[in-house]
Amino acid sequence: MALMSSAPASPSLSPSRRAWLRFKRNRLGYWSLLIFCALVLVSLCAELVSNDKPLIVRYEGQTYFPMLKDYPEKTFGGDFETPTDYLDPFIKERLSAGSNWALYTLNPYGPNTLNYFAKAPNPSAPTSDNWLGTDDRGRDLLAQLLYGFRVSVLFGLALTITGVLLGMLTGAIQGFFGGKTDLAFQRFIEIWGSMPELYLLIIFSAVFAPSIALLLILLSLFGWMGLSDYVRAEFLRNRQLDYVKAARALGVSNAQIIWRHILPNSLTPVVTFLPFRMSGAILALTSLDFLGLGVPPGTPSLGELLSQGKNSIDAWWISLSTFGVLVVTLLLLTFMGDALRDALDPRKADQ
Amino acid sequence: MTSPTLGTGVSSLPPEGALASLGRPGGGSAAGLPLLSVHDLHVRFGSKEVVRGVNFTLAAGEKLALVGESGSGKTITALSLLRLAGNAAITGQALLQGRGDLLAMTEREMRGVRGGDIAMVFQEPMTALNPLMTIGQQIAEILLLKKGLTGAQCAQAAIELLAQTGIPEPARRANSFPHQLSGGQRQRAMIAMALASAPKLLLADEPTTALDVTLRGQILDLLSDLQRQTGMAVLLITHDLNLVRRFADRVAVMEQGVLVEQGPVADVFGAPQHAYTRRLIASQPRRDVVEAAPPASTASVVQTQDLRVVYPTPLPGIRGWFKKGEFVAVQGATLQLLPGQTLGVVGESGSGKSTLAQAILGLLPYAGELQVGGQAWQQPATRNTPANQQLRRRVQVVFQDPFSSLSPRLTVEEIVGEGLKVHEPTLTVAQRRVRVEAALDEVGLAETQYPRLLERYPHEFSGGQRQRLAIARALIVQPQVLVLDEPTSALDVTIQQQVLGLLQRLQKEKGLSYLLITHDVDVIRAMAHDVVVMKDGAVLESGSVADVLDAPQHPYTQRLVAAATVPGG
Repeated sequence: MALMSSAPASPSLSPSRRAWLRFKRNRLGYWSLLIFCALVLVSLCAELVSNDKPLIVRYEGQTYFPMLKDYPEKTFGGDFETPTDYLDPFIKERLSAGSNWALYTLNPYGPNTLNYFAKAPNPSAPTSDNWLGTDDRGRDLLAQLLYGFRVSVLFGLALTITGVLLGMLTGAIQGFFGGKTDLAFQRFIEIWGSMPELYLLIIFSAVFAPSIALLLILLSLFGWMGLSDYVRAEFLRNRQLDYVKAARALGVSNAQIIWRHILPNSLTPVVTFLPFRMSGAILALTSLDFLGLGVPPGTPSLGELLSQGKNSIDAWWISLSTFGVLVVTLLLLTFMGDALRDALDPRKADQ
Repeated sequence: MTSPTLGTGVSSLPPEGALASLGRPGGGSAAGLPLLSVHDLHVRFGSKEVVRGVNFTLAAGEKLALVGESGSGKTITALSLLRLAGNAAITGQALLQGRGDLLAMTEREMRGVRGGDIAMVFQEPMTALNPLMTIGQQIAEILLLKKGLTGAQCAQAAIELLAQTGIPEPARRANSFPHQLSGGQRQRAMIAMALASAPKLLLADEPTTALDVTLRGQILDLLSDLQRQTGMAVLLITHDLNLVRRFADRVAVMEQGVLVEQGPVADVFGAPQHAYTRRLIASQPRRDVVEAAPPASTASVVQTQDLRVVYPTPLPGIRGWFKKGEFVAVQGATLQLLPGQTLGVVGESGSGKSTLAQAILGLLPYAGELQVGGQAWQQPATRNTPANQQLRRRVQVVFQDPFSSLSPRLTVEEIVGEGLKVHEPTLTVAQRRVRVEAALDEVGLAETQYPRLLERYPHEFSGGQRQRLAIARALIVQPQVLVLDEPTSALDVTIQQQVLGLLQRLQKEKGLSYLLITHDVDVIRAMAHDVVVMKDGAVLESGSVADVLDAPQHPYTQRLVAAATVPGG
C-alpha cells in the first residue's frame, strides 16, 4: 500500500504531551511556572524558613528539637514553666554559652511573633533584625508575607479546584443531556448568579464564626458558573461529533461516553482558565481580607497587610512589599495562563 | 502540449483547431498574446513550499481547468495570482494583459485588479457572502467601487446581474440576506457579484463542490453560458474530472505543487502522459462485487416498513413553551437489505438519508417497522438494554468525516478496541490486543508498515488511513451490517478508490451487508446491488441498480443520473 510509506518512525505523542511541549517552548510561561512552583515549595516549608523556634538546640550535652516539642523555659535555665521564648536575649545567651549552640531558621520570626526587643518603635522600618521591617504590632513583615503567600496560594488552589469540579460537573450535565435539563439548569444559573455575593458574605460572616473553610464554601457556591458555561458549550459541540455517535452505535454507556470521549476533548477551556481562575481567587481573598470580611484575625494575610499599609501610610515598607508580592504572584500566573492558552490553541503548529 | 518534465511546462496557446471542435466562441483576441501568463510561480509558507515552479498561460476567453487532489496547491495558485494567499512568500511572474506583472504590483494597483480585471468565485457561498448585508447591497458595493455608478444605478444594475444568473424574482432576491437563499441561489449570487465588474478572468475555486449533485450541472451550465456571452476567460479549480470534461477547453493537472501535465481536455483524457494523470483518470470507482444471486433465503438483514423519523422543532411564540413542532426527516421509508449485498441510498443533502441511517443504528427514536436481523429495536431504541446491545453488535457504522469520527485523545488501540470492551468484557488486555491487531490487519494497517501502530494517535494518519481505522473499529465486533454514511466523500479520488476496493474485498470475504449512503451516483454504480432514491424524506424510487440508474422512472432520479453522467463520455 503506497500510502503507508510515509509513516514516521518516531514514537507517537498524545495530544496533551504535544501541548506540554508547546508550553515548554514558551520560555516566559515555562520559567514563570518554575519560579511559581519554587515559591510555593518554599512557602510550604515556611516553618523551616521563618520560625521563632530554632531547628535544633544543643544544650549541655543534650539535643532538643523545639519545632516538634515545646520545652519549658526551665529546661534552658529560665525561671518559668511557660514555653521557651527562644528570641529572649537571656535564653539566646544561655544557648550560645560554652559548647551550647542553637540553629535558628533563616528568618527567626514566625507569622505572629512579636518582636519585643525591637530597637525602633512599631512599625519599624527594615533593619538587620527585621529585613522587611515590622508591622504596627511589631510582627516581622517577611514572615507575614511568606505565610500570607502560602495561605493565598493554598486558598486559591482550593477555590480553583472546587470551582472547576463543580463547573465541570454542572456543565457536563447541561451539555450532555441538553433539552429540558439544560433549560432548567440555565434558568437556575441565572437566578443563582443574580444573588448579591458580597452581602451574603457579610451576612454569613456575622452569623457564623469566620473561618477559611466558611469562606471557601461561600466563594465556591458562586465561583462555578463561568466555567460551567464553557464546559456546557464544549459538551454541546462534542456530543454531536461522529466519534460520539460511533461510540453510541457500539453500545457504550452514557457514563463511559462522557468520561472517555467527551470530557477529555472538552477540557481545553478548563485547563486554559486554570491560572486565570487561580489569580482571580487570590485576588478575591485579598480584597475580602482588605475589607475585613476574609480570614479570621490572626491569620497571616496579604489583604490584611494591605489594609495596614493603607492605615499607616508612612510605613512604606508594608504596602510596598505586600504590593510587590501580589504583583509578582499574579504576574507569574498570568504569564503561565498566556503560555497555556497558546499551547492549547489548535491553530498553533507543532514546530 | 503536454509537459511531463516538472516545472518546465510553458505551453504556448492551444491550437485553435482543438478549441474550435469544443465549440469555443469569440476566441482569438489581442493577436495571440495570452491574457495571463504565469511563469515559474513558487509559493512558500514558512519553510514549506506548496507551489513549486508552475507555468501556464491562459488566452482571452479560454476555459482552463486546474485539477488536483487536496493539498496539491491548486487553490493557492489561484489565490496567489490575486495575492490573497495570506502570509505566503510568492515568487515568479504572472503577466496580465494590459496590466503587467501581478506579483510585482503595489497593493494599491492590486486592489484595482481584484474584482476588476480578475474576479473570484469561492467554494462555499455561505461563508464567502457577508451575512449582515443583502445580496443586492453586496453586488452594488462592487459596482460602486469599480464602475462609479450612483446608488440607484447600482441597485438597478445589481438586479439585472441577478437576473442574468437566473435567480427567480431578482428584484425581490436583491433584498434578501444570504441565509434566506438556497445553496444554489447563493452561488448564483456569488457569480453575479463576480460578474459585476465585467472581469476578463474569472477564478472559480471549486464552485460546485458545496452544492447538491443536481445543482452542480446547472451552475456549471450557467458559468458556460456567461462565459460565452461575456467572452471572459475562466480558470476552474476542481478535483472533479467530470466537471472538467464537461466544462473546460484545456486542463492542467497539479500534483504536490507541480504542474505535471497540461493540454487540451480531449488530449489529456484521451492519452494521459504523466503517471499521476493516468492514476487520476483511472480512479473512477470500479465495480468489483459479487453479483446478486437469486435470493435463496429471503430473510433480509435489515428491513423497514413505513419508517418515520421526526425531529422536534421549537414553535414560535408562547406556544413553544408548552409544545414542540415536528420536522419529518424520514417518511414512509420501506426498504430491504439482503445478506451479503449492498443497498445504496442516494439523495442530496437534507433528503433524510443520514437520518434513516441513524434510525437503523438505533440512535434515534422512530415510528413504523424496523428489523435488523429479524429483530426490532426494543423501544426506546436509544437505551442500552441487553436486547438492544445484542442488536448493536449486528449493525455498525462508518461515518463521512474521518477527522471527527475518531476521538483525538485516544490511541488506535483504545479506539479500535472499544467495541470489545463493551461486548466482550471478559477478554484480557492481551486477548483484546490480538483481536485489535487482527482487525487492523484486515483493513490493511499492519504493524510492519507502521511501527508502534497501536500507540499512535489519530492525528498522525491521513484521511484514508483514518477511514480504515473507522472500518476496523466497526468490524471488530463482527457485525452483519455496516452502515456506510458517505464513507468516501471526504476523500481524494485516488484514496476513494482504495477505500471502496477495501470495502468490496471485506464484503466478499465476510459476507457483510452494506447500507451505503451517498450522493455520488458513481459510487453507487460501483458498489450497490439495489438502490433507493430519497428526496425530502421520502423514497422516490427503489429497485436494482441496473433498473433504477439505467432506466430511471421518477423525474428527480432522471435529473440525478443525468447530472452525474459525462456528456459523450
